[in-house]
Amino acid sequence: MPITVSLLAYLVSSVCCIMALRGLSGPNTAKNGLMFGIGGMALAVVTTLLLPGVSSYGMIILGIAIGGGIGTIIAKKIEMTALPQLVAAFHSLVGLAAVFIAAAAFHNPEAYNIGKQGDIHIGSLIEMALGVAIGAVTFTGSVVAFGKLQGLVTGKPLVFKGQHMLNAALGGLLLFLIVLLCLTESAAVFWGIVFLSFLIGVLIIIPIGGADMPVIVSMLNSYSGWAAAGIGFTLQNNLLIIVGALVGASGAILSYIMCKGMNRSFFNVILGGFGGEAAGGAAAAAVSDKPVKIGSAEDAAFIMKNASSVIIVPGYGMAVAQAQHTLREMADQLKKEGVKVRYAIHPVAGRMPGHMNVLLAEANVPYEDVLELEEINRDFSQTDVAFVIGANDITNPAAKKDPASPIYGMPILDVESAGTVLFVKRSLGSGYAGIDNELFFYDNTMMLLGDAKAMCEGIIRAMEH
Amino acid sequence: MDAHTLAEDAAAVATGASQLSLQAQELALNISQFTTPETAGMPFFVVGLTVFVLACFVGYYVVWRVTPALHSPLMAVTNAISSVIIVGALIAAGPEGWNFSKLLGFLAVVLASVNIFGGFIVTHRMLQMFSKKKKQGA
Repeated sequence: MPITVSLLAYLVSSVCCIMALRGLSGPNTAKNGLMFGIGGMALAVVTTLLLPGVSSYGMIILGIAIGGGIGTIIAKKIEMTALPQLVAAFHSLVGLAAVFIAAAAFHNPEAYNIGKQGDIHIGSLIEMALGVAIGAVTFTGSVVAFGKLQGLVTGKPLVFKGQHMLNAALGGLLLFLIVLLCLTESAAVFWGIVFLSFLIGVLIIIPIGGADMPVIVSMLNSYSGWAAAGIGFTLQNNLLIIVGALVGASGAILSYIMCKGMNRSFFNVILGGFGGEAAGGAAAAAVSDKPVKIGSAEDAAFIMKNASSVIIVPGYGMAVAQAQHTLREMADQLKKEGVKVRYAIHPVAGRMPGHMNVLLAEANVPYEDVLELEEINRDFSQTDVAFVIGANDITNPAAKKDPASPIYGMPILDVESAGTVLFVKRSLGSGYAGIDNELFFYDNTMMLLGDAKAMCEGIIRAMEH
Repeated sequence: MDAHTLAEDAAAVATGASQLSLQAQELALNISQFTTPETAGMPFFVVGLTVFVLACFVGYYVVWRVTPALHSPLMAVTNAISSVIIVGALIAAGPEGWNFSKLLGFLAVVLASVNIFGGFIVTHRMLQMFSKKKKQGA
């Protein structure tokens, strides 16, 4: 295939990738978009296979078969509640693949037309070093994020003295090694960059707490894109640059939306340490002497049956308890009783952007019933019952009232202005951010203590009687 | 004008044309030499940077139009398409024979394939859920 044709094919492939993202502007066009994405990817692979230097098809097909098989099995088996871990794991693979490709280019530059072994163009060396560093950071960072989301590593932020100094020093060392690589082109320095970047990837993720995971998952998404773009510069391939930039921009925008959802700056999240001991004991002492109204499933069923409208506020607890299906059954039961049921989604509910929407979709909740914070927040004051299930910090009035609270300024769902707040929770403990929720002690709040799924089942049974 | 001069003229035009085509070939050769990576190291960087910056803008505007309800599928699909780096892996794994570089390329092909298949399939599963509920809602 002449080089011009393959370059044009890559261009078509790039456009397909843009169309794939464009399709996601609505649920009706999303599937077409996905088809564009798959088509674009297939075209890119086939075009590359027809390049003159590529001839050992046996190995390549074997590799694609192994990888494709593993990917297919994982993707088909995965529970939707485990989606954030899966995405983190997938990001790590992109990072590691980027490292391997950069290393392959370093050891065999002729294949990529970027010079000869020991005499690689300086521009290519810089691009290669950047690509490999971002890839390596993405790899270990995503592995740690995966561990935190999967519960293999503690979700608590790990902070130690001089952490920022150490990170800054390692960053400086990394720059020094990149310069050294350009000067010496030594393989030892190249692998030094790889391992140093692995270390930095771990160090920048460990101080970040579980509540900030949506930001981290988006941020690593962004990194995996920048890594791809870096490799694109090394290989002088516009397709990789375009797609890398798209993915990088996408992850960056999602990170921004998540940060805004928590009213925190990106740097505040990155510097970490949120959700540890910091959350004061003062608030806990102030509220603990007030009485808490605790209700049963029967009470909740009675209140909701006699309501005219109910807004359900799901959170990560619902995902953990796998309660989405039972919740939808409960909502169906209420609708049969003539109650208007809607769902309110906070931007940072769950452990990744849009997590709650996917879980509710899985449980066949109609798309029109699920509303974003800005769309529904004003309606709480005209609503009889707010049913909070597995959410906590995103409903905490301290975000509006208490300037000393770590979550002060974060936009919250105004559940407290509803007639009655039903709060399904395992215990009266604090949320992921480690902050007490004074909402528990409000006069119009009734706590429903127990497992989210069991509670919904109880309510359904009570309503049937 | 008789047939003889006509034939002469035609022959002259033909030689002119063949000379022109020779020149064109030479020019094409020059251009191809000019754009070989040997001399294009820095120029490609500029071209690549242009493409990169423009693509960032495209990404920015396209992603802001994505509805928040589909942010999870967005992450999954961007994850899948970022595995387009398989292109680099294929080039590394492409040559005959075995060397370190090819081994790395092979491993990268495997990793990227996990991502491509996994990412697209999981996105498809999610979108399936959204459209399924669409039907029920209607």
